[in-house]
Amino acid sequence: METKVIVGLGSCGIAAGARKVYDKIEAFKEAENLQFELKKTSCVGMCYREPLVEIIDDTGTYLYGEIDEERALELIEKHINQQSPVKEYVVQSDLFETVDNEFTEDQVKITLRNCGYIDPENIEEYEAKDGYRAIKKIAGYSMSRLDVIQTIVESGIRGRGGGGFPTGLKWKFANNNKSDEKYIICNADEGDPGAFMDRSVLEGDPHAVLEGMIIGAYAIEATGGVIYCRAEYPLAIKRLEIAIGQARAKGYLGKNILGIQGFTFDIYIKEGAGAFVCGEETALIASVEGQRGMPRKRPPFPAASGLWKKPTNINNVETLANIPWIIRHGAAEYAKYGTEKSKGTKVFALAGKIKRSGLVEVPMGMSIRDVIFKLGGGIQGGKKFKAVQMGGPSGGCIPEHLADTIVDYDSVNATGAIMGSGGMVVMDESTCMIDVAKFFLDFTQKESCGKCTFCRIGTKRMLEILTNITEGEGEEGDIERLEELSYQIKDNSLCGLGQTAPNPVLTTIKYFRDEYEAHIRDKKCPALVCTKLLTYEVDETNCTGCTVCAVNCPVDAISGARKEIHHIDQDICINCGVCFTKCKFEAIKIS
Amino acid sequence: MRIERIAVKQEIEDLGPVDLDLLNPLIEKYKSKKGNLIPLLQGAQDIYGYIPRPAFEKLAAETGNELSDMYGVVTFYAQFRLNPVGKHIIKVCHGTACHVQNARALTTSLKEALKVDDGGTTEDGLFTLESVACLGCCSLAPVMMIGNETFGKLTGSQAVKIMKKIRISENN
Ligand SMILES: Cc1cc2nc3c(=O)[nH]c(=O)nc-3n(C[C@H](O)[C@H](O)[C@H](O)COP(=O)(O)O)c2cc1C
Ligand code: FES
Repeated sequence: METKVIVGLGSCGIAAGARKVYDKIEAFKEAENLQFELKKTSCVGMCYREPLVEIIDDTGTYLYGEIDEERALELIEKHINQQSPVKEYVVQSDLFETVDNEFTEDQVKITLRNCGYIDPENIEEYEAKDGYRAIKKIAGYSMSRLDVIQTIVESGIRGRGGGGFPTGLKWKFANNNKSDEKYIICNADEGDPGAFMDRSVLEGDPHAVLEGMIIGAYAIEATGGVIYCRAEYPLAIKRLEIAIGQARAKGYLGKNILGIQGFTFDIYIKEGAGAFVCGEETALIASVEGQRGMPRKRPPFPAASGLWKKPTNINNVETLANIPWIIRHGAAEYAKYGTEKSKGTKVFALAGKIKRSGLVEVPMGMSIRDVIFKLGGGIQGGKKFKAVQMGGPSGGCIPEHLADTIVDYDSVNATGAIMGSGGMVVMDESTCMIDVAKFFLDFTQKESCGKCTFCRIGTKRMLEILTNITEGEGEEGDIERLEELSYQIKDNSLCGLGQTAPNPVLTTIKYFRDEYEAHIRDKKCPALVCTKLLTYEVDETNCTGCTVCAVNCPVDAISGARKEIHHIDQDICINCGVCFTKCKFEAIKIS
Repeated sequence: MRIERIAVKQEIEDLGPVDLDLLNPLIEKYKSKKGNLIPLLQGAQDIYGYIPRPAFEKLAAETGNELSDMYGVVTFYAQFRLNPVGKHIIKVCHGTACHVQNARALTTSLKEALKVDDGGTTEDGLFTLESVACLGCCSLAPVMMIGNETFGKLTGSQAVKIMKKIRISENN
């Protein structure tokens, strides 16, 4: 077998320098006329070890982590030329265990089955991994539309876009509504800031999503397909375009697909234009039609009247990527994983103050603690775990004492957060929960489309109260006012954006009320984040008298001669924090 | 934001003539397609970096879209610009992961070094500073993007250093 050298070129890898590593290896290979096959793949989920280079030879597989240009040459020199693998850089191998095994051993990869293993720009590699076998199975065994839908119903899969609605049931509704024109839409708007699994699937295995759409189109008799992808993901869009071209050339898209008479279907990409609310299905449809992305009242649901007023089915990227696997392996095989009401596996994007950030796919029912501490390796810098944010702007913060909650739709809902798209942003003791709540409110307030009064003005009032609290202007009664506004916004908003916007505030009040009270009553921020509530003092042992703080202080509150210890006049200080960020000697203390 | 974008009267600068012929292939491509408004505007912005007023007028005249609809769409979506931007757009991520990893420090340092506010363009027209929500590289937070290149695990001074490197290569 010819030795293979595979470089991970997902967005995250490229940001960490993988493209340069690839170019370096390529140039070296050519200059030295070396014999090995240089290949590309996407992200395997180990973002914390990027850039990743895998070498597969006759002896086994070696995944090397944190490979910069210099190390890349070292690898080629030692592993390829001298045939001695560089064990110290290996993060995963089929020959021996590494510390990173904890990250992978409990994962079950269904959605991410090909991510990081195949070249996403090459349809043959997807086919070699049983790709397009599900749609061939449907054609070959003449599985009827109802058989396909029944398989999806029995698998128990629920929508991965956040709502958790059973996918099979949704397809059934769309199938029941007869029309000569029908649409299937893939929702790739991935609006939750802090979640990146859809991007990773699109970049790493675009054909899986296309095959999922083709199967869905067959099941509901769709005539047209649209992928609505956010413009911030240029690489995903590029790889989708390539994949669609290849699928058309091979006859997986087009007329009478795989000989199924009358099954004619094609897919187009629509680029989003930057609006979170367009992830909501009715707003998304308006946006595809070229209008402002305003949600509308349901019913009629898209299954009855969607794109161009025709029956339309909308599914999330991750949902669709699972479909071919389910058809190939059968419903029972999928339903084997998970809990009673949440079947299968779920991808989580780990980020924030966690040691191993990246993508993991685990069976539903694993505890949040295991995801964060076992797979994720716990908290960075030995700090204390405080909370994990799930569900983004629609979700909430789950505190440390509820970390044994298992991941399934209903258990996560019971905490006041939601499963959402599967972003997990981990927070430690240095994160201020009021600041986090304010961050989300600021987000939803800006993204509110403005249609419903409560969502438009209510969120603004909540943001003002939160801002006051973080600036030391909080008053008794603010917490109650926040709660009252929250319930009114939830009750009186048309779409999911408004109905869930108060969740980050409600969960932080529920679990971190003492922190709100410290801000409001004692004018203190226990996590030392809210600058206006801190006291700044010069640490006399570290101060070198360099005068940088005094020069930069906007109100001249700092005095002291050159080379002498400086002093901050607390009566003049406005707590702006400039001295703290400017000091190079860690001589400004905050308390 | 959506509200603020509409409520604030957008100042449209007059920048002299723009080459409207550049729009012709775009109009040809989308003219007869349903739902063509957003791709047309995206295409126009790709050409000019923003959407100049004469471009609106030409699109309206030749594609049958109403000017008012166009203005409505442009002010709704964060992507569209009515004013020219710098040669390099610096997008600092303020998504959740970047927020908890202190993305604020990046914006603060860049603001100071560029002497512009968030959303502003430098006097020499080289840089525009913007905030965005999540670039999908959350595992490398805090993140910023200049052009098509993404930079991760930054501090304020590293961000400024990257910007200065570009400035030096531009001035040579
Ligand atoms: C404000 C808002 C934003 C949403 N954003 C997304 C998104 O970015 N991606 C997504 O797949 N679903 C999003 N949804 C959910 C969609 O409306 C829809 O339920 C989903 O795409 C259906 O696919 P699924 O059944 O496969 O989950 C959002 C919903 C709301 C209310
Ligand atoms: S939160 Fe910054 S890249 Fe996702």
